[in-house]
Amino acid sequence: MINKPTSFAGVDAAAWKQMRNDYVVVGRVTSQPDGRVKVEADLVNALNGANMGIFSSTAQPDNLRMAAHRVADALHEKILGVKGAFATRIAYISVDGRPPNQKYELWVADSDGANRRRIGSSNLPLMSPAWSPDGEWLAYVSFERRTSAVFVQEVRTGKKILVSARAGINGAPTYSRDGKKLALTLSGSNGNLDLYLLDLGNQQVTRLTDDPGIDTEASFGTDGSVYFTSDRSGSPQIYRMTPGSADKPRRVTFTGSYNARPRVSPDGKQLALLTLAEGSYRIAVQDLASGNITVLSKGRQEESPSFAPNGAMLIFAGRERGQGVLQTVSTDGLTTGRLDADAGEVREPVWGPFLP
Amino acid sequence: MKNSVSITLLVASLALLAGCPNKPKTQPDQPQTPTTSDTSGLDTSPVSSDETAIQGPSGELLSKRIVYFDFDRAEIGADSQSVVTAHAAFLSKNPNFKVRLEGHADERGSREYNIGLGERRGQAVRRAMLLQGVAEVQLSTVSYGEERPASAGSDEQAYAQNRRVEIVYLK
Repeated sequence: MINKPTSFAGVDAAAWKQMRNDYVVVGRVTSQPDGRVKVEADLVNALNGANMGIFSSTAQPDNLRMAAHRVADALHEKILGVKGAFATRIAYISVDGRPPNQKYELWVADSDGANRRRIGSSNLPLMSPAWSPDGEWLAYVSFERRTSAVFVQEVRTGKKILVSARAGINGAPTYSRDGKKLALTLSGSNGNLDLYLLDLGNQQVTRLTDDPGIDTEASFGTDGSVYFTSDRSGSPQIYRMTPGSADKPRRVTFTGSYNARPRVSPDGKQLALLTLAEGSYRIAVQDLASGNITVLSKGRQEESPSFAPNGAMLIFAGRERGQGVLQTVSTDGLTTGRLDADAGEVREPVWGPFLP
Repeated sequence: MKNSVSITLLVASLALLAGCPNKPKTQPDQPQTPTTSDTSGLDTSPVSSDETAIQGPSGELLSKRIVYFDFDRAEIGADSQSVVTAHAAFLSKNPNFKVRLEGHADERGSREYNIGLGERRGQAVRRAMLLQGVAEVQLSTVSYGEERPASAGSDEQAYAQNRRVEIVYLK
């Protein structure tokens, strides 16, 4: 039996190496004079026994999880060179009951699904939550008025503002990278879905696309471009346009008959999307420089991919035994996970930004 | 890959040493009530939707209120043509009646794209009714996409039930 030390000094690196571990983390939780609690971890390279540093975070006793997540983020960065995304939040929708009598709820939780908090509830559908870049607001679609409407809601206070209830469809909200605008899908009463940009400061609406096909699901690139789903060619595919430019939108997906719901990665180099592969709807990433698509998931009916703020993981909705579940996959496809959500049917997870 | 495995291990141990207090914080169990509702500056009329559904007319075809569609199609299915025609005839003779055309999609594919498919179906029924003399003011559409299925199953039979437009008579 290997010993269980709480600091670097007690770590028998050779024994851990023999057990095929690359790294060992040992740590301790100590009470501070001011009542807070300090979480400390020492990182040891098991291959050579080197001490790679002490990582710590201090928090109120009821916020220990977040302190542990912050330490994990620092360890992730030390080992992989990329900051971890454990100390972040997600939002998602849950649905309870059988059609047509269902209850829809909007939740915010820690990135691992813990500490969930309900921030919205309706007997008519709630869908398409989207985080503001500062993590303070969620935009989403609600049918609480019988027809679709887009609201923004401050997560901390619950303050809720109706931002679009125009005739026809009000859908697919996405914040611009500066948080000052929302891209929306509007249809008018003639039912032609196109993309629009809503300035949250002055409520001005600017049309982005004009095509008789369905244009929806905007996602902003890091260079001001907008990626979106359109079936202007017959089947849904991803296109890219630049607001203010006279150039026509350019198609960016050419593999497969169904590509939808693009999300641009935090570094702007990849798209996550929903693709029809081998007869199943799966999560894929497309490298924007090469155009190469890699299918990451293996289920039959998956949807709603959303990047972690470090770009290393995706969260998405899958199905298990006929119920929606939340899953994660690393963007290299090597690591997968499943979140525990207390509710039955859960869907549309969106990963929030790094917290300050 | 080796790294990923090790990281999983160390995160697990961190959660352990942090005592894993995953008890939810005490939060009010009710959603917050809206304190602001700002619709100023909207350039199109906000839709008011306090219209309530009513029974509407009865009869062999008029009692049928659901129009079905094929996969990924927005053309009214052959079996449903007579239903649309009957309601259009009734509405054009009774201009004081209004209907809401509620479009739906099956659960496959992306949710917001399916909102578009449901709307396309609602519009197909709306156009057919306009062509048969129903006035524009008698018709409104809403699309629920895949959000309100008629059948909860995940097979072709359920999908066929869910690809539909419901004709809802309004007061």
